Amino acid sequence: MEELRVRPIREGTVIDHIKAGKALKVLKILGVGEDHENIVSIVMNVPSKKMGKKDIIKLESVFLDKETLNKIALISPKATINIIKDFKVVEKYVVEPPSIIIGIVRCQNPRCITNSEREHVTPKFTLVSKEPIAIRCHYCSRIMAGEEIEKNII
Amino acid sequence: MTSLKGRDIISIRDLSKEEIELILSEADKMLPIAEGRETSEILRGKILATLFFEPSTRTRLSFETAMLRLGGGVIGFSTTEGTSVMKGESLSDTIKVVEGYADVIVIRHPYEGSAKLAAEVSAKPVINGGDGAGQHPTQTLLDLYTMKREAGGIDDKIIVLLGDLKYGRTVHSLSYALALFNTEIRLVSPPSLKMPEEIIRDLKELGAKVKEYTSLKEAIRGADILYVTRIQKERFPDPTEYIKVAGSYRIDLTILRDVKESLIIMHPLPRVDEIAPDVDKTKHAKYFIQSFYGVPVRMAILKLILVG
Repeated sequence: MEELRVRPIREGTVIDHIKAGKALKVLKILGVGEDHENIVSIVMNVPSKKMGKKDIIKLESVFLDKETLNKIALISPKATINIIKDFKVVEKYVVEPPSIIIGIVRCQNPRCITNSEREHVTPKFTLVSKEPIAIRCHYCSRIMAGEEIEKNII
Repeated sequence: MTSLKGRDIISIRDLSKEEIELILSEADKMLPIAEGRETSEILRGKILATLFFEPSTRTRLSFETAMLRLGGGVIGFSTTEGTSVMKGESLSDTIKVVEGYADVIVIRHPYEGSAKLAAEVSAKPVINGGDGAGQHPTQTLLDLYTMKREAGGIDDKIIVLLGDLKYGRTVHSLSYALALFNTEIRLVSPPSLKMPEEIIRDLKELGAKVKEYTSLKEAIRGADILYVTRIQKERFPDPTEYIKVAGSYRIDLTILRDVKESLIIMHPLPRVDEIAPDVDKTKHAKYFIQSFYGVPVRMAILKLILVG
């Protein structure tokens, strides 16, 4: 058996099947940054039978709500969430993109009112399609898809 | 029952076919008042605010005329010069102030989505008078009204949309509305200014028959309505290419030889060279009456929003 790169965690959240290279973006979406106090393990470009390569994140002692975790689907629609308690997986699911996306993505249309410095409007989008992922700006109706969404994560 | 009382009019796609038909039949009732043959006081005591963050004579003047013809009052600005906007006030703040002064607000603003934001901020109904390259729903309604009056209806008609179909917001909004009326839409444009694929797909899903043509002559054969839009010089990096393209889509008496007797020609104006001046005298030309129809249509909208 291949040696484990990161040891199993006692409790917390394991995010598996993240699109290779996107782990840091996932942490950004989840708001896990400099001031995070618990142990975070990140493995990138791990060989995967299903995906070729994948990233994995282990957040020890952290349980995030489903709504927050589902935001990951915007950049990695196949990511799976494993909730760990006492070294056992007690819940497992594939992320689902939220139907309304508020304050996570910026509209790429420079002429959209949400990009007017004067206005302080929180960007808001509705989900148009899950696979491939596409969202529509609530204000200017511009549709953004795939990488365009990723590039505009706030 | 269909009612528009208290509603915002932000995009033509917010309106159902029934609601569009309600506005068009109300516009019929407004016609004698719009022409000055009858008078009305139905909006007496009501105030319209026209907030024009960028200039537009036609839209602003026809809204103001519409309100005055119905006995209402008008306040507003046609340039941001000298307003608190110049001092750096946000659109949201301007709207919150103005909603205290007026019963209904018309807004034109250079940013897309601005009217939607204004409607969210305002407790009073907001009408979109054009938001950048976004929506201009009252233009679409007056276009539909022109078809109803001058082409004898909209249902089952063959409509040719000519010009810049890629960037032209007028043709995008209009084509969505036409799709609700079981029409055949024929698209004619230079290859670089074709209607975006996703819009064509949406139109077909809504039930319209959509066909793309390269030859204008072929497209207008048997058509009921020819809707011409301006091809902007700025869209072409090479000026000689522009001249070539503009020339091949120009409407003149020669191209009109083989068309249906009853064909009507429309244009949102201003035109540049798209339609030869000789065409103005033919019975096909309906672009000036189309511009007048902006008044009864906007009267109908104001009346339906304010009193139901």
